[in-house]
Amino acid sequence: MQRIGVFVCHCGTNIAATVDVKAVAEALGHEPGVVISQDYQYMCSESGQNLVKDAIKEHNLSGIVVCSCSPRMHENTFRKAAAAAGLNPYLVEIANIREQCSWIHREIATATEKAIVLGKAAVAKVHLNAPLTAGESPVVKRALVIGGGIAGIQTALDIAEAGFDVDIVEKEPTIGGKMAQIDKTFPTLDCAACILTPKMVEAAQNEKIHIHSYSEVADVKGFVGNFTVTIRKKARFVDETKCTGCGLCTEKCPMKKVPNEFNLGLDNRTAVYIPFAQAVPKVAAIDPNYCLMLKNGKCGICSKVCSVGAIDYKQQDRLIEEKYGAIVVATGFNPIKLDRYDEFAYNTCPDVVTSLELERLMNAAGPNGGTLLRPSDKTHPHKIVFVQCVGSRCDDSKGKSYCSKICCMYTAKHAMLIREKYPDTEVYVFYIDVRAPGKNFDEFYRRAVEQYNVHYIKGMVGKVTPLSSGKIDVQASDLLSNEQLHIDADMVVLAAAIEPDKSARPLATMLTTQMDTNDFFTEAHPKLRPVESATAGIFLSGACQGPKDIPETVAQASAAAAKAIGLLCKNSITCNPCVAHSDELMCNGCSACEKVCPYGAITYQDKEFRMPDKTTAVRRVASVNPAVCQGCGACTVACPSGAMDLNGFSNSQIMAEVDAICK
Amino acid sequence: MQEAMKERAKQLLADGTVSRVIGWKRGEFAYDTTPAIFETAEEIDRDFVYDDFTAANVSKYLIKESRRDGKILAFLKPCDTYSLNQLTKEHRVIRDNIHVVGIPGGPKLDIEKIKARGITGILGVKNNDYTLEIETLYGTEKMPFYEAISGKCESCKSRKHVTYDELMGEEGEIAESNRFDMVEKLENMTSQERYDFWREQLSKCIRCNACRNVCPACTCENCVFDNPKSGIDNKAAADSFEENMFHIIRAFHVAGRCTDCGECSRVCPQNIPLHLLNRKFIKDINELYGEYQAGEDTTSKAPLNDYRMDDCESSIVHERGVE
Repeated sequence: MQRIGVFVCHCGTNIAATVDVKAVAEALGHEPGVVISQDYQYMCSESGQNLVKDAIKEHNLSGIVVCSCSPRMHENTFRKAAAAAGLNPYLVEIANIREQCSWIHREIATATEKAIVLGKAAVAKVHLNAPLTAGESPVVKRALVIGGGIAGIQTALDIAEAGFDVDIVEKEPTIGGKMAQIDKTFPTLDCAACILTPKMVEAAQNEKIHIHSYSEVADVKGFVGNFTVTIRKKARFVDETKCTGCGLCTEKCPMKKVPNEFNLGLDNRTAVYIPFAQAVPKVAAIDPNYCLMLKNGKCGICSKVCSVGAIDYKQQDRLIEEKYGAIVVATGFNPIKLDRYDEFAYNTCPDVVTSLELERLMNAAGPNGGTLLRPSDKTHPHKIVFVQCVGSRCDDSKGKSYCSKICCMYTAKHAMLIREKYPDTEVYVFYIDVRAPGKNFDEFYRRAVEQYNVHYIKGMVGKVTPLSSGKIDVQASDLLSNEQLHIDADMVVLAAAIEPDKSARPLATMLTTQMDTNDFFTEAHPKLRPVESATAGIFLSGACQGPKDIPETVAQASAAAAKAIGLLCKNSITCNPCVAHSDELMCNGCSACEKVCPYGAITYQDKEFRMPDKTTAVRRVASVNPAVCQGCGACTVACPSGAMDLNGFSNSQIMAEVDAICK
Repeated sequence: MQEAMKERAKQLLADGTVSRVIGWKRGEFAYDTTPAIFETAEEIDRDFVYDDFTAANVSKYLIKESRRDGKILAFLKPCDTYSLNQLTKEHRVIRDNIHVVGIPGGPKLDIEKIKARGITGILGVKNNDYTLEIETLYGTEKMPFYEAISGKCESCKSRKHVTYDELMGEEGEIAESNRFDMVEKLENMTSQERYDFWREQLSKCIRCNACRNVCPACTCENCVFDNPKSGIDNKAAADSFEENMFHIIRAFHVAGRCTDCGECSRVCPQNIPLHLLNRKFIKDINELYGEYQAGEDTTSKAPLNDYRMDDCESSIVHERGVE
């Protein structure tokens, strides 16, 4: 006979304000098998836990139900309390009467009724709970960092510093990411390359760090401590081990009209190329979309001039497989495409540029060698208009509802740099609000206004019209003086919203991590676990989690590294005992479970069985590897004959819960 | 056709390619044919039958038969080959132990449609250039062949064999089928009309289990309805909704695996159009996840066992259900 204890938590007023907790305790006290039913103000407090422990001992309880907050919050707390009192921790059930009840209801009567029903379902389930014992599984002492921007580089450096091997997978031919394209950094105005490239070199030279450039994650299997990742090394048609980065091939390549993505298409590169001078690894890659040899088999000049014979036109994509204990996602961001913003004439006028394009136009390694010239006629612009929040803080379907966070500061930086270098240039900035909360940020913005006389105008630009004179008419409203303005600008710079990289969404599916509606990765807890994903062993670094500037990105990158190191330091981790198992007498061997298992935990064996008709038959039956199974339960619902069952969430337990709710 | 099949069966037995043959033999009445195993030429000469009434899909028998010693010869109509492929995919048969001879399919006849004309005491049915000459105790009756064809053949989906080791007769094509017409009619009903339709149909069920036993997708070692541990064995018998639950659960269990062979409705003694439940699933799967024919191959992932980036969101499925 079961002896079940029920413990109803007030959670201060969180539950007790909308749920009549005394009535819940009273009602559940009459459920079959319940020998004690109590309520208490804070069940998770030490005295609350002691109440549970004492009741287990005093009443010799065979199972307990705690009606409280989400099991994600305190299931572990009560499992530990039960274990301390000598009860198997898996004989604890949580009825979530806070998030799923008191917080979402207003009427006390209905909320109380629902809380009782949720409690009854948990009591019905705990009747069928079986004691479970958690096993252990080893931790692979190697980390994977996906993305080789400043976030990925910093995370990798920190993990390597702690003594663990770490691989960086970067989809471009070089690491460096967006920061490599930036000219100067706010609020100190130091050169981005000067502070980034030493870190790139450090990463390349660290013997613990292994860089897979021009590569992508193709598949992820396994679980925390033991991920198996397939990496696709894309064919770059250059042997990485031979290429010295001398650049002779890029000089001789006859195909010189390839839009240079590093300079955002503002100038051209060759078909065989090294993205930029400080690229790491400094290895050429051949662009198969433009290479004459790869397209129609006629050329081969790079192969002839390469003194080390590194060119290999026959190279194919290569898949490599590696095991990791932890994975850090650092996939970064991109500015949004502005194709749909006809009002800003971005697609029709070459002198309307994005802020990132302006970075390249002002950079010494950029298309103009660092002299700011209009892309259309290569003349000095004398009047420049900056438009902020292009696609940010937007209600319409064209843009993003969030603030991109970095634009206010980099626009102030651009304005200041231009006024410093070209004092004859007038600079206007149109803004909704100037957001400068950060160390030395507001002072920086004030300097732009006060010291550099940048014209900050509160208001949005309505229309940008290129004129036949070569000037650009910017029509805008000044909200403070309530005036309509027309500015005849030479250049317009759009602070485009930033969004997560497109590779993030398919990656999230592979990693079984969550994303928000904007495709930013969701952290495990917005305040208390900001660098962990909800999936164990997957950590978040940089702008893939939300818009961030460089200092914030680096801080989060180190934090993610610390979390990963904490995991890698362990020799083994406790496994979840709530795993699936198959009833071999019922199993058909149909493979339905194997096909739906996201972890590859199910294999098949041919086993001999004594059949009901007293013959012996060899049957194909499923078996689950408990170390690999994560207890998601997909197999239990895919199994047509009900042979698959999940410890702690058995089919009969679920049925009992449904019955208790429907009774 | 029957004679050619007998000859080929005897040849394959004689040259040792196979040790057994699965075909059909005559049952109690002339129009009754039932699947049977033949081990010798004599048995074949004496009992083997293939005529307009041999509609039974023998692929399900191969689950056990393909696990016995030696190879078995199976004569499969196009629709039966889909079932065999599905069974192969689910590792329920050992395909290498089966020698499949593809034979042209129907249309097959439904004796109930002949009886429905008030014709009784039937001794035999002959097809004379698509006019049926029905010999009865009371004389000979005539009716057009096409008015007596079985429901499952009326909406034939394919005359092409998807798996075989050899073919007899000409290979057909995948057919333009009207099989979803009735499903569409049901979809266009209000939920009350649809509920009434199914209550009326399913209340006829006598739980003889013929549909389950004949279904080539219902191949569990231990059916959930026979298993007290499943938690639904007595659910289906809890109240007057019993038969409804039985058929609904069964339709869910074969969803994505049903090849639409039509055997369930063919064998139902109460003439319940059970295949409509399965076709609703097939139609939904086609519309939500792209065209899919279970049993067409032995390797592809079934849509309900497969998760893809471009799968429709569950909310879309939900919206379709709201009137």
